[in-house]
This record gives sequence, C-alpha cells and structure tokens, in this order.
Amino acid sequence: MKITTNWLKEHLDTKLNENQIIDKLTDVGLEVEGVENQPGSLDSFIIAKILKVEKHPDADRLRLCDVDIGKGDPVKVVCGAPNAKEGLLTIYAPPGAVVPKNQMKLAVSKIRGVTSYGMLCSESELNLSNESDGITELSLEKYNKKIGENYFPKKSLNVIDISITPNRADCLGVRGIARDLAAAGAGILKNQKKKKLDKKNKQKVSVKIEKEKDQACTVFGSCSIRGVKNTESPEWLKEKIISLGQKPISAIVDITNYVMFDLNRPLHAYDVDKIDKGIIVRNSRKGETFEALDNKKYKLDDEMCVITDASGILGLGGIIGGTRTGTALDTKNVLIESAYFSPRSIRKSSKKLNIDTDAKFRFERGIDPLSIEQGLERAANLIQEICGGTVSEFDIQKTEDVKKKSLKFNPSLFKKITGFNVDKKEMITILNNLGFETKEDKELLNVTIPSWRPDIFQEVDVVEELVRIKGYEKIKMIEPEKVRKKPTLNLKQKLFHFLQRSIASKGYLEAITWSFTDSKINQLFIEGNKEVKIINPISSDLDVLRSSIFSNLIIHLNKNLGRGFKDLSVFEIGPTFSGSQPGEQQTVVSGLRSGKLDRQSWLEKERLVDIFDVKSDIIKSLVEAGFDKDKLYVDDETPSYYHPGKSGRIFLNKSKEKVVAFFGDIHPSILKKLDIKVEALVGFEIFLDNLKQPKKSLKDQKTQYKYSDFQKSERDFAFVLDKNFKVQELIEIISNVDKELVRSVKVFDVYEGANITEGKKSIALNVTIQSLEKTLTEDDLNKINQLIILAVESKTGAKIRA
Amino acid sequence: MSDIKKIKDEFLLRLKENLDLNQVNQIKIDLFGKNGLISSQFKQLGKVAEEERKKFASDLNLVKDELQNLITTKIDNIEINEINQKLEKEKIDITLPERPFVQGKIHPVSQVIDEISSIFSEIGFSVEEGPDIENEYNNFTALNTPDNHPARDMHDTFYLDEKKELLLRTHTSPVQIRTMLNDKPPFKIIAPGRTYRSDSDQTHTPMFHQVEGLHIDKNINMGHLKGCLNYFIKEFFEVDKIKMRFRPSHFPFTEPSAEVDIGYEIKNGKIIIGEGDKWLEVLGCGMVHPNVLKNVKVNPDEFQGYAFGIGIDRLAMLKYGINDLRAFFDCDYRWLNHFGFDPIDVPTNYRGLSR
Repeated sequence: MKITTNWLKEHLDTKLNENQIIDKLTDVGLEVEGVENQPGSLDSFIIAKILKVEKHPDADRLRLCDVDIGKGDPVKVVCGAPNAKEGLLTIYAPPGAVVPKNQMKLAVSKIRGVTSYGMLCSESELNLSNESDGITELSLEKYNKKIGENYFPKKSLNVIDISITPNRADCLGVRGIARDLAAAGAGILKNQKKKKLDKKNKQKVSVKIEKEKDQACTVFGSCSIRGVKNTESPEWLKEKIISLGQKPISAIVDITNYVMFDLNRPLHAYDVDKIDKGIIVRNSRKGETFEALDNKKYKLDDEMCVITDASGILGLGGIIGGTRTGTALDTKNVLIESAYFSPRSIRKSSKKLNIDTDAKFRFERGIDPLSIEQGLERAANLIQEICGGTVSEFDIQKTEDVKKKSLKFNPSLFKKITGFNVDKKEMITILNNLGFETKEDKELLNVTIPSWRPDIFQEVDVVEELVRIKGYEKIKMIEPEKVRKKPTLNLKQKLFHFLQRSIASKGYLEAITWSFTDSKINQLFIEGNKEVKIINPISSDLDVLRSSIFSNLIIHLNKNLGRGFKDLSVFEIGPTFSGSQPGEQQTVVSGLRSGKLDRQSWLEKERLVDIFDVKSDIIKSLVEAGFDKDKLYVDDETPSYYHPGKSGRIFLNKSKEKVVAFFGDIHPSILKKLDIKVEALVGFEIFLDNLKQPKKSLKDQKTQYKYSDFQKSERDFAFVLDKNFKVQELIEIISNVDKELVRSVKVFDVYEGANITEGKKSIALNVTIQSLEKTLTEDDLNKINQLIILAVESKTGAKIRA
Repeated sequence: MSDIKKIKDEFLLRLKENLDLNQVNQIKIDLFGKNGLISSQFKQLGKVAEEERKKFASDLNLVKDELQNLITTKIDNIEINEINQKLEKEKIDITLPERPFVQGKIHPVSQVIDEISSIFSEIGFSVEEGPDIENEYNNFTALNTPDNHPARDMHDTFYLDEKKELLLRTHTSPVQIRTMLNDKPPFKIIAPGRTYRSDSDQTHTPMFHQVEGLHIDKNINMGHLKGCLNYFIKEFFEVDKIKMRFRPSHFPFTEPSAEVDIGYEIKNGKIIIGEGDKWLEVLGCGMVHPNVLKNVKVNPDEFQGYAFGIGIDRLAMLKYGINDLRAFFDCDYRWLNHFGFDPIDVPTNYRGLSR
C-alpha cells in the first residue's frame, strides 16, 4: 500500500514530520518497506520556451531547438515532435531526469551527430495523458511568466510503501492508516467532510441478486449519474493516481480508484447505455466467457460470482470488470457499483483464473460491508463535481443484513499475555479510537467490533490491538531460566551429529544440496523405489524428490571436476524419499571420493582412490560412533548403480537385519550416461535409520580390563582357496578355532596369478596367538597351528601352501 | 712388578694414539683376552711369593681398572663420534612439505544449527524434528491458516499431489503441531530443518533452513518471549549487548505477533551486528494462537506460550559474512573449503560457540 504524507494529512491532523510518521507506522505494525522519492524526480521537469527551431542537418524529421529554460543561455535540444515551433511553451527534462513513462534516465546524447541536452516531453511521456503525438503544449497565458520553474508542484511527495499484513484489510485505504496512527497518538482523525448530495430520481437500472447456493454477493449498491462529461482528471487527482504508481485514465475511472485507495472501498463504473436491460448478479456456468478490462478473454468455471445483463457477463464481481460496459471518454451515463463479495469466493475464483487486481486484493481480505453508501456518496459527489450530471438515488439490493460482531473482553487477559499492565480506562480510549464501541459490564468490557475489522474474532485479538497501539517496547523482558529438564538431543539426533562430524573428519567437505533433483538422473539411483513427483516444480530439472543423495552429489561433483579439481571428497547428510506421504523418508549420509591419493607427492607413491578407502571411512566412522567393529558383517549384494564386482554392503552383525551401508565403485555406465570423466569414483551411503543405537554408551561402565603378560607368538599361513571364497569367512573360521588363544588375524597378502591354479587365490595371514594363563609351549603352538589348518581346509576346501 | 709397570706404561702410550674401534678392541683383547697380558698376570698370581702376593694383586688390580676405564672411555668416545658423524650425514631439509593430509569441513548451515542447539540447550530447550513432506493440515490448517486464507499466498508451496493435500513443508511450524499432538504440555522445543518454497532469485532459494521455537507452559507471556530471543541473539552473535526491536506483525498462528529487527551498521564494508541505526529483520514470533492450541488439544485457558521461527541461512550469512545465499547450495569446492568449519570445532557452551 502506497501513501503520501499529504494524502495522509487529509485524514489525520498531525504535527509529526514524515520521519516520525514512518517510525509510528512501524510501531503499530504497518511496516514501512521503503520510501520512494519517485515524485522527487518530477521536480526536474521545467517549464520552458522554444526560442528557435531549425532543421536537423542530417535528418528530415528531427529539429534543433534552442530552448529557454530560465537559466541564462538557451540549451540545444533535438526534438522529433511535429508541433515544435518557435514561441511554444512546453516541458523540458534535463539530462539526469527519469522519464516517468518508461523510467529511462536521460543523458546528454548525440542524435545523428548533433548533441542534445535533455528532452522536450510529450504528455504521454510524463504520464499526464495518452497524448503522444507531439510535445506538451502549455497555455501561454498561464505559464509565460513561469519559464524556468518546475512544472510539477514541488510538494513533499515522498511515497511511503507500507507492507500491509493480510489481516489488516482496513489499512488498504489511507483513512484506515490514519485511524491507526491517531489511536497511537500521532494525531487526530479528521471528520470526513460531507457534501450534501443532491439526489434526483430513482436509479433506473434494475439490479437483482439471484438466490444461489453460496451466493458471494450479499449487498449490491448502485447509483447512476446521468449526463456526465467524462474527461481527463484534474491535476490533483492525477497526482494522487500517479503517486500510487498508476496511470490516470479518465475522471470516472480515476475517481473509482481514488475512492478505493482513500477509503478502501472498491467501486466499479458501468456505462449505463451499454447495459442490456438490467443487472443480474448470479453464479457463472461452466464455459461462459467474457473479455475483461485487462483485455484478456476468460473462460469461467461453475459458481463464480458474475455481474451480468441480458446479453451476458459484464464482469467478475469484486475481481475485474468487462470491456463491454466499461466507461470511456464519450460515456454519458454512468452506473456506480458499490458491493460486498465474500472473501472466500473472491479468492477461489481469482486463483482459478489467475487474476490479481487491486479490487480482488481488497475483497479477499474483507471489505467493510457497511461502507456501501459511503463509497457511492463519495464517488457520486466527485463525478458530479468533475464531470457534472444528475445523481440518482441509491439502490441497495441485499440478501442479508450486516450485523456488527461483538465479544466480551476480560481486561485481565492483557496482563496475562503481555506481562504488563494497562489501565482499563486507557484500554477503552485505545479501543474507541480504533473504532470499537465499548461498554463496561462489571469487570468485563462488552466490545463491539467495527465493521471494517474482519480480523477480530476473540479476546486475544483485542489484546493484540491494545499492545500494538501501546507499543511493543513496553513489554518487559524476562531473562530466561537456565534449567534443562530434558536432554537436548535424542539418540538418533546424537548419532546424526556424530556421523556428520566423523565423516567430515575423514577429509570430506560437507555439502547441502536440494531435496529435489532431476528425474532423469534420479532414475539412475531409484532402484525400484517410488518416484516422488513435485506437481509444480521450480524448474523441469528439479522435478522429483531425490531417491538417493547421489544424484545431486554427482551433478555437483561433475561441476567441480569442471572447475579443475580432480581429487574430491564430498558428502551430504540429509533426507531421501521413498514415497509422498509424511514420514516416507530416511536420513542418509552419502559421500563420494574421486581422483587420487597423494597426487604428485614427493614422499608417497600416488594411487587412485578405491573401494577400501571408502570402506575404511565408513567402518572407522561406525567405530567412532560406538559400534563394534568385530561384529560388522559385509556381503556383496548392492544396488545397480554400484560396480557389481567392486561394491559391498555392511550390516551391524551377521544376522543381516538391516543394511547399514553400501559402498563401492560407482558403476561405469552411470559415469558414461552422465558424461563424467574421472580417474576413479567411489562412494558410500550410510542409512541412519537402520543403525540401532550401540549397546554400550560412554556413561556405561567399561567391561573388566583383561590383558595377558604371557609371551605371544605369531604364525604365518598361506592358503590357496576358491577365488570367490570370502576372506571375511576365512578370518572368522580361524578366530573361531580358539577364541581365547587367537588374538588377531591379519591378511598380509592376496595373490592370484602364476603358480596358482586358475580360479584360485592365495591368502597369506598372520595370526597372533597368546594365552591369558600361561606361556605356550612349542607343543601347544603346534597343536593350535594344526587345528587352524585343519579347520580351514575342512571348512573351505582350501589347501595350505607349502 | 716391573712387568705390570711396563704393561701399564706401554699401553697408556698406545691408548693415547688416535685409534679406531677395531684397534681399541684389539688392545682390549691384547690386555684382557684369554691370553691377554693382564689376564696372564692374574694367572701368575699363584706363583708370587705369599708375602708379596697381596701387593702384587693390589697393583695389578689398579692397573687393570685404570686401563679398563681408559678403554671404555675410548670406546664411548669413538661411538659418540661415529654417531655424530652419522647424524651429520643424515641431515635432511626439514622444510620439505609434510606428508599430505586432507581436512574435511562442516557446512556453515550445519555449524550454525549446532550453535543454535547449543544456545537453546542452555535454557532448557530440546530438539525436535518433523518430516520434510507434510500434509496440508499440519502445514496450514492446524496452524490457523485455513484454505483460502490470503496468508497462504506468502508461502509459494510445492505440492506432491493434484489435490494439494501433500506438500513440502513451507516452514518448520508443523513440528509444533506434531510435537503438541504427541505429548502433553509443558513444551519447550526447537526444531531446525529444511523448508521449501517455490521461490528463486538472488535472495531466495527453493530450499532453505529454519528453526522453530515453541515454549508452552502456564503463565508464559510476551516478556518471556522477549527475554528468550534477546538471550539467543546475544549469545549467537557473541556480543554483550544487542540492539533489538519488536514490531507488531501478523502470522495466522500467533496472536499477538511480532517481527524482530536487530540493529546494525556497516563499518569498512563489514556488517557490525548489534549497534548502529539501521534495522535488519531476523525473525518472526508471537504468542501461540488459542486456535492452534485447541487444534492440538491443549487447553488455551490453562496453557499459553510463545513460538518463533528463524531463518538459519540468513543467520549464518550475517554471522560469518557470507554474501550470497545461493552459494550455500551450489556445492562449489572452493566455497565449501572457505566457509566450512573443521569437524573438531563443535560448538559448546563451555569452550565457546566459535573459536
């Protein structure tokens, strides 16, 4: 909502200056978003006289004018207007001025080789009218002595832009804003001047509101003004319309707009002679069409509130009028409509048709249903004043009587909510100033709510009125207590926090990417899960919720490769989605590593990152989060986006209840499809929701500390076994030979190739054997060696290597 | 007698020469080996006349000790010398680069979420969460924003079905509803998380982060709200004093509602939070609307309290001088490295929020 202080002062008697008003507006909850000095730029438009006109040496249509702008030497202006002639008084815009119509800033420029200092303006360029055929012609009589002066009155015409919250329909008019300011002590709300309207004859156009289901129009007031001469608006009115950032059109249209912005009372003007018989307000029928004032043709649905006549639709009630019965400069007889439409219906229809107008914006927030006559009166008065004509009596059709709402307010609620006290008497004053009627009823107040406040329903709304007018700075701050009754984080949140930092500590940069992604890329990672489409995506490449974090991570990894990085480690922790119901999501930590380790190091031999790097990252993180490494169990069933031979999944234990993580090389076909050129790319996914809380937490006592001081022995074994046999099983078999004595099993060599039969591999292990009870003898050791060999050979079909 | 003296003199002389380890060891053998000169002398001890034996033995032992000490010292010296020479040879250029290491980083949004949690933990808030996909009821209706309410226009909502019943939550406020429906008052929670609006320009991203706050108990009033937020802002920006302004505003789910501005100024191109004469909007808040409490079966005559919503990304930008919101989600390696935090740098209330 835009206002100027001048306009405001038509309703508010105030001593405050503009800055104080701006502060006060903010204090009462009418947030000032900005102050535009738009009319300030009009200050530079100067009344000027053309002294001499010459032809442009290089262009037939252009002329060279010497222009007297009241400052010593005349300036040279190149002008294309046919009406530029010697002695003409016109409006000159110097370099630096901004042309109101197209917002172009003028500069000193060469036009076909001749330098032009500024511009002579047409009325259209100044938004004064639609006249664009030539430059403005000012009357000699009126302006001859004003050469050099500003054409536009130089008032303080700062336009204050206020962001009106959706509850404050009443402040979509200047008077409503003035009322709030007055209540807050910024001045006194002026009484509205009432000029007696001389009403003759009846309003002859018949108006009928059809009885319909959910009829949105409950009141339709109208009056006609016959014998008008529609014209351009007078300057004061144009100025107001321009200050709103709108274009003056004609007196009648400008007046209806003016009344809307002044009183928050939308009106509509019809050309009576274009109405076919009478007006009928009814619900639309599917498929009906009409051409609206925005020059678009709309096809209507069922049950939209329309204003019609015998030939069809005239307009969408409260939203937009139609071209057929619009007023024009030749309109002789006008019908002014002042009606009430239900916010719900306005909103429904305008949303369906995607129409946004000033009237719609107001009606959907709730217009004062008791302002029907006030609006008619104001508009009729102005039309008569500017365009002449005879005003009819008002015709008010309504389907129901409007009653003001009222409620009982307990003044003690104020302190309960705000923490501070306000005297009951002061409360009454504030409420009365806001237009509430109050009546004391013992401790309570009977409060009648003004008809322009559709947002007030209950006691707490009254509290808000009081506290915002008193000022929020009155609320006393209460220091918070430092007491914690519940743990801040639950177990899952702790795990989230822990894994996030644990993975990062392995050298990964944490990324946060959209929860949505490109369906085409998502398909590569969806693995039979449901695709979750967004009905109205922000762009076609962000059209589904992600099934995996990989899709976004890989897109961004590729961008970073494009930036010249090769060795990347990134991860994200966040949701992935498996359905469109709330809760059909899981929390996943997902990471990617590319390129090499120790690239171009003088110390280390560089190598490609591989699956065992990410395996280590995951397992170390799980261990850090408190899970038992020795219980973790790995197998090789993985989703199709991993390399089938170089990927695995991890369970917390051998019972394989829930997959805790996947890891491995990203499938080469995915790299090909996404055109990713990378030396190596490995990734992992850890599923937070599948991680059971570790059995032991830090607060639990540690298990008894057992250690052995007896000598330990290390023995090396090499077994030849099937290539597909998993080393994980081999280690388990050896460990199980004697859980007391076998302290650790290390794999120190894996070999396939010469000397080993095709389809077999050789695994060399180092086994540490130590007893808790005694130093083992050579005999004991030999015995256990034999047991190990026997167990391995019998359970795996392996052969010990000689 | 003279033999001992002779051995002594001769070997003292020899040991004065510049010898290497082998030569010294040879001398050691010559003297103390099985047939060494000193060893031989000891063997003769029995043959010496009884009256002289004592003296002989004493003299011999003196000479033995002297020579032995000398040899030990000599060997030590040679060894030290050799070590020194070896060390000299082994000297390397220690200014060569260390073994390469990589430093991971935590995203500023995650860091700020942890900072926020740490601050609110101190005054008794616990952390709650809710799903990113919400139903229309929790996101709007239960929050006193019925269908066709103009406030819905401010939330450009992403929908997941044609009926517009399923959506991506436009704010973290539905966590209020979930929390209150699942438990009994009092409530004292914060809920950080991802939120979504179909809006994308220089200062808006279709996904962003909010933290919701909710404190419901008997007799919680606007003074508590003011105190809580003042405490939070002061702690978060790690300043002693903060200029703050509560301004009336409107949210359907709070009544009265407020927006909070903090004072700032620009000094040398940098934003200074907490002072100055300019205002910056940082959050919205208010007293939870009685209709909301009724919707979650909490009796508004018995319980009341406040709620607030803060944009996390904005806070991170302000605190850490990040200009571009869009860069948060661009995953540019250079940006993540520059603005990220070391994973060890966990915000705590005893060590401080930030280093």
